Amino acid sequence: MHIPDGFIDAKTALATAAFSAAGLGMALRQIKRRMPPKQVPLMGMTAAFIFAAQMLNFPVAAGTSGHLTGSVLACVLLGPSAAVIVMSSVLIVQCLLFADGGITALGANVFNMAVIASAGGYGIYAAVRKLFSGVRGRIAATAFAAWCSVVLASVCCAGELAWSKTVPWPAAVTAMAGMHMVIGLGEALISALVIAAIDRTDFLPQEPPVLSAGRSYSEMIVFGLLVSLGLALFVSPFASSWPDGLEKTAAFLGFDHKAIEQPFVPTPFSNYLIPGIGSASAATGLAGAVGAVAVFGLSFLLARFLDKSASRP
Amino acid sequence: MFHDLLDHHRQAESRIHRLDAGLKLAIAVGAAAAMVLIPLPAGWPFLLLAAVLMIATAWLSKLPWLFLARRLIMLEPFVFSVAVLALFQHRGIEVFLAVLARSTLCLFAMILLAATTPFAQICAVLRRSGFPGIMISVIALMYRYLFVLIGEAGRLKRARASRTFVAGRKQTWLSSADIISRLFMRSARRSDRIYSAMCARGWQ
Repeated sequence: MHIPDGFIDAKTALATAAFSAAGLGMALRQIKRRMPPKQVPLMGMTAAFIFAAQMLNFPVAAGTSGHLTGSVLACVLLGPSAAVIVMSSVLIVQCLLFADGGITALGANVFNMAVIASAGGYGIYAAVRKLFSGVRGRIAATAFAAWCSVVLASVCCAGELAWSKTVPWPAAVTAMAGMHMVIGLGEALISALVIAAIDRTDFLPQEPPVLSAGRSYSEMIVFGLLVSLGLALFVSPFASSWPDGLEKTAAFLGFDHKAIEQPFVPTPFSNYLIPGIGSASAATGLAGAVGAVAVFGLSFLLARFLDKSASRP
Repeated sequence: MFHDLLDHHRQAESRIHRLDAGLKLAIAVGAAAAMVLIPLPAGWPFLLLAAVLMIATAWLSKLPWLFLARRLIMLEPFVFSVAVLALFQHRGIEVFLAVLARSTLCLFAMILLAATTPFAQICAVLRRSGFPGIMISVIALMYRYLFVLIGEAGRLKRARASRTFVAGRKQTWLSSADIISRLFMRSARRSDRIYSAMCARGWQ
């Protein structure tokens, strides 16, 4: 999902850079005000950890493999502000050191994968956590938030590409979101398994830092505002537009989805496009909505299964 | 192998290596921005000029061509797979070519920058230019321990492989998650030790 240089134009680059700077500034302020200095080396190590974990591939199917993004994992382990800083650091080092993700697209990449995926994912995590407590609730919330964060980030990325007039919206959203709805299942499964494993030790605090240590409304408000503004600016202008290159897109997707099939967790839709619906992007939206409900259910099944197998002697 | 790829050429000596890191960073970022911003049918000569200048820089910096080519080829598939999406529109081929040329040239500029400038110098430049201190600390620590953790992940993987005789699909998922969670636990413990060491040396 790393956007290279040349794919987004000046207005998109500036807008995303401004959003990222605002999100990062908020995160840094929070960390300075409420986190103990011990958190600094922990954030550095977590950034290195996320980087190393991203290099471990997991099999998706038929020889293809995906890898972890880690935004929600970082959130659950360290809290949203620290996660925004950690993910931004990972992206900055990837850009400057490995030329992975363009320097002019750095703002967009930080916005998608640090602000949207971490802060947005954390919002979803916290909401599910409010509804269901305990170990099961944590595992299920992690899995669902991980899937949502990957899909949200990919949709936002598609919106930025379309806003820059590089890639037409239907092609961008069907390819990016369609693919990441499948990749997100892997992310959800790995994140849930990792949290379940760490949960058996005493590392995790009973609640993530922000939920327990006195809620920080300004943090939630700024992050919430940034996420919704970003989605409103980059995604909503296209959500109602009707595509003309439908057949091409479908042909492309047919080719595309042969490579990435079902991962370990089975879902009823083999290819996330329900035939007979007028527009590819509308179909993607519908598949996304149905997928979200299905993943929500699956997350709880997974949590139940993991919790049981953990408590078994 | 990874370490090789990164630091092998940073210690090399050349006129380009000796240039001020801030200057190199500014030129690379400026060049990337210019190459992205220039309107294209008219801008092709400029892109050509930029390509010639960068090849000259690569020659001056005495970097092995094979190394540069390998880095470019490693990263090009990502660029290409996104660029293909640009074909699905009116006059898509023009957009496709423009995007491909721009991002390949920018990629080359960033690879040159990374290969001729030690990362510590880049951190120092960022600190001088008013980048937030916590961010710099996190980035510097991350860079320092990246290779340690990559090595550690490799050892965990090898240990796991030597104990597992049959690896089904379910087993692969479970063991990946196991390795990742263990890696995190170890890094969290290591960060405690690092913090003590930092305090002992007077960090605040």
